[in-house]
Amino acid sequence: MSKHTFSIGGVHPHDSKISRECAIQPLPIAPTVYISVAQHIGAPSVPCVAVGDKVKVGQVIAQPGGFVGAFIHSSVSGTVKSIAPRADLAGRPSTHIEIAVEGDEWLEDIDRSETLVTVIPEDPKAIIEKIRLGGVVGLGGATFPTHVKLSPPPGSKCERVIINGCECEPYLTSDFRTLLEKGEQVVVGAALLQKAMGGVPCTIAIEENKPEAIAHIREVIAKLGYKDMDVMVMKMMYPQGGEKQLIDAVMHRQVGSGALPISVGAVVQNVATALAVYDAVQKNKPIIDNSVTVTGECFPQQANLLVRVGTPLQYIIDFLGGVPEDAAKVISGGPMMGRAVANLQAATVKGTGALLFLTEKQTRRAPESNCIRCGKCADACPMGLEPFLLNKLSKAKDWDACEANAAQDCIECGCCLYSCPAQIPLLDNIRVGKGAVLGAIRARAAAAKAAAEAAKK
Amino acid sequence: MSKLLVSPSPHIHSKVSTKSLMLDVVIALIPAVICSVVFYGWQELLVLGVSVASCVLLEWAITKYMLKQPSTIGDWSAVITGILLALNVPYTTPWWVIFIGAVVAIGVAKMTFGGLGQNIWNPALVGRVFLLVSFPTYMTTWSQPQGLFGVDAVSGPTPLGAIQEGLLQGASVQDLTAAYNYKDLLFANLGGSAGEVCALALLAGFVYLCCRKVIKPWITLSIFATVALTSCIFWSVDPTRFTDPVFNLLTGGLILGACFMATDYVTSPMSLWGGVVFGVGIGFLTMMIRYFGSYPEGVSFAILIMNSVVPLLNMWFKQKKFGRK
Repeated sequence: MSKHTFSIGGVHPHDSKISRECAIQPLPIAPTVYISVAQHIGAPSVPCVAVGDKVKVGQVIAQPGGFVGAFIHSSVSGTVKSIAPRADLAGRPSTHIEIAVEGDEWLEDIDRSETLVTVIPEDPKAIIEKIRLGGVVGLGGATFPTHVKLSPPPGSKCERVIINGCECEPYLTSDFRTLLEKGEQVVVGAALLQKAMGGVPCTIAIEENKPEAIAHIREVIAKLGYKDMDVMVMKMMYPQGGEKQLIDAVMHRQVGSGALPISVGAVVQNVATALAVYDAVQKNKPIIDNSVTVTGECFPQQANLLVRVGTPLQYIIDFLGGVPEDAAKVISGGPMMGRAVANLQAATVKGTGALLFLTEKQTRRAPESNCIRCGKCADACPMGLEPFLLNKLSKAKDWDACEANAAQDCIECGCCLYSCPAQIPLLDNIRVGKGAVLGAIRARAAAAKAAAEAAKK
Repeated sequence: MSKLLVSPSPHIHSKVSTKSLMLDVVIALIPAVICSVVFYGWQELLVLGVSVASCVLLEWAITKYMLKQPSTIGDWSAVITGILLALNVPYTTPWWVIFIGAVVAIGVAKMTFGGLGQNIWNPALVGRVFLLVSFPTYMTTWSQPQGLFGVDAVSGPTPLGAIQEGLLQGASVQDLTAAYNYKDLLFANLGGSAGEVCALALLAGFVYLCCRKVIKPWITLSIFATVALTSCIFWSVDPTRFTDPVFNLLTGGLILGACFMATDYVTSPMSLWGGVVFGVGIGFLTMMIRYFGSYPEGVSFAILIMNSVVPLLNMWFKQKKFGRK
């Protein structure tokens, strides 16, 4: 069995998938949920309910704030208590819609049966519209509105849909459990995406450490009789699930700096997104819940939970027995790219995929020492950058040199810092340089646009 | 849990640290150290002891009293410099000469530049070359290995030294190399500095470092390939004047230099092709010095010269960036 992977860099952290045997179980609904209006990349959504309104599960409570935006639906039934700023997991305030839960009453047009609907709508536009109405965003981490990704700019053409089932981050198992338990739905979701993109072939990429999922999905594809869909077995390598890396691994094409995947004919969607697409198109069910892995060696009860969007993190943790005594860090997401949680009162969003507990020993950074010029960071960088150099340039605030050395291409995967034997905070510094370079590029683009418009007049 | 730690990703780190890498190099040097002690006896042990102790003590003293910084001896890099310096001098070298070598290696070549990672030239080699030009008598009087409990050291030149001497007296290379059995060179039975004597022990260390992914083999292999190729060309042109490839590969500290000195992280290029060019340069310069220079062997000089161009190699040879030309 040949295995595929991307061509530059990558690291091999221990996969630590200790929650892989835990079946996805629904978490009881919290008494109060807080649904953020800024759950996706793009403009925040605009609330369309008022305090005191009664809402049902699946009801739209916020409208997209622009083309790059998404509908937000109520994940519970009950009464809107407030629409006010509330601290997110980093502690920054953003508008949340607070709903006091009363029962569990769903909108009538949502199909809650278990029946698998395999009839694919004929019109691609209708599929994309249903995806938009379902508030589907990329659940692999970036939370980019899916309908936007499925509407390529004129002149570009999709040649292949890639379903990302790599789950290359250590500890995370929600995509794996989804593949095992909702394999049929994911495959139909993939077929819907194929249809939406004009009947292009589809590859479901799964890393080799998930053999059960690989076998199961192959079986499902054979059973459902999809011809243009295959499973590709990927070598275990982080960051395989990075969009650019996965396209390189599957199609042997490299997306250029600052370019979109569609420029090389690829559309990548995560497994959880494919499931959300199935739900939205076939079952009329918008994103109201998502699977969350709750894990960590120090955490007593590993779990994969189906959590309603807007559930406070504290509620999930208390359900599983509270924060363990020796946990020092709670991470939303995986250990390589996840974000440290500063506020346990924060609520989950559509893109919340995991809660990871690490002890101080597991997560402590040793003091920084001299760079020994070993080049391990450059070997590890999947973008072929030189982190040691960008680190120095960022610290020197030499933004032009940062740009010349492609700081803007950094995908913040963390491979450089992970592999640095001197524990130099490479990525911390490079992020600063990347931010400055991206700012400069945007400013240049804006200035060029303004100049072009002035010339027109 | 009282407070939550909040810091940017990544939240985990590989177990590889500067110290673990340096310890791996020390482990890789152990076979050569054992061999040299077995072949040269307790005197070699003394050389090693003095060299390692001086290097570590000097680094400790310099950080504490001159730089007034936290000590860096915990990273084990001074131990490696000490071992390499010891393996680069004859076992008959007096202790005070070794101490001076350590002062130059640690004090001048390493700490003056800012310590580990900042130096331009390999510290042990700078120390060694300083001793070579300052104390030529001690540094070029080599003794035949006498074994662990040997008593009478017989002085004699190294194979390369003997050949240069012989050539000056008008003998042909074939007659001169006939005195050496390649098996002896592989298994350490000839005069030379301690580290030169057992090729197999050094190669075992090299294989260990490659397997542990501490170093990549390209620099070392390109040195070997260049030495073999260059000497092949010259030797096939005039076998009476130029030594043959196998002889050149096995003598004059080439293996020690190629495996442990040229691969020093700090003083070698980072990219694959930079490393290959670096290795080719070392191999070629070594052969030029051996064939046409006034020193019988040239590995140390070749490595130091190529160390000087590493910043340029790092600038010229970069790996291809993702999605860019």
